[in-house]
Amino acid sequence: MNDLDLVRELAAGLPLAPRPYAEVAARLGASEEEVLARIRAMLADGRIRRIGAVPNHYALGWTANGMSVWDVEDAAVGELGPQVGALDFVSHCYLRPRRPAWPYNLFAMVHGRDRAEVEAKVARIASLLGGAARAHEVLYSRRILKKTGLRIA
Amino acid sequence: MDELDRRIVNALQGGFPVSPRPFEEAARQLGTDEATLIARLRRLLEQGVLTRFGPLFNAERLGGAFTLCAMAVPRQDFERVAAIVNSFPEVAHNYEREHRYNLWFVVAATDTARLRQAVAAIETRTGYSVLDLPKLDEYFLDLRLAA
Repeated sequence: MNDLDLVRELAAGLPLAPRPYAEVAARLGASEEEVLARIRAMLADGRIRRIGAVPNHYALGWTANGMSVWDVEDAAVGELGPQVGALDFVSHCYLRPRRPAWPYNLFAMVHGRDRAEVEAKVARIASLLGGAARAHEVLYSRRILKKTGLRIA
Repeated sequence: MDELDRRIVNALQGGFPVSPRPFEEAARQLGTDEATLIARLRRLLEQGVLTRFGPLFNAERLGGAFTLCAMAVPRQDFERVAAIVNSFPEVAHNYEREHRYNLWFVVAATDTARLRQAVAAIETRTGYSVLDLPKLDEYFLDLRLAA
């Protein structure tokens, strides 16, 4: 067994059984101890972000999904980006390049039970960024076209 | 969903034990037992409240090349273009968004050369240019959704 075998075996999730790691080990012809050690190592170096339940946003009522995009001064984004990312309602926050037709360099994904909730959260990001953000927009998702089948957002 | 389901969803979005009897350990902290926790998780998955139960991988740390792409597609051509984009195995996620740039998708490949090839092939086959926005830095902590 190597790490890649283990990643493939775990792609669909952990077996829902009293000794899930032992089951995974048996499928890979390895010991439970080895599986536990490899998973701990992947958690430690960040190849595994976390282990647990992955909820369906829609099923939990988080139906509004807004990708907020911001044109933040280059000199300030290195300091402000992590502050935006640390907000508890921001699920993903990335620095990306600007393009001639695209002025926005900071992307922050915001979820809410409705658009008013997303807008209130976006307003908090705006006040955090202050004058360093020259412009922003919120791109709401309308449909997931690929990922978990087609769903109307 | 009852109160126990809610506690399970809220408490188990991370930190699941990496030990021989993890459900038993987690159940004890939730004030329930191993068999009940396993049965509840099975039902939450069947109901679609959970999409998965297990490790959440950081795909980039596992290796490979990724980028976020956007396209501005006229309304009347949207379904055709979305279907072409979806047909690429390199396209992992694809969302329709309300904006002039209305098609947003993530392209993943084993290396940068293959990533560039896939993006170029998407442009050729759809006839639209792609806004290629690779990640330069990442700032987030993982979100945990309240049930």
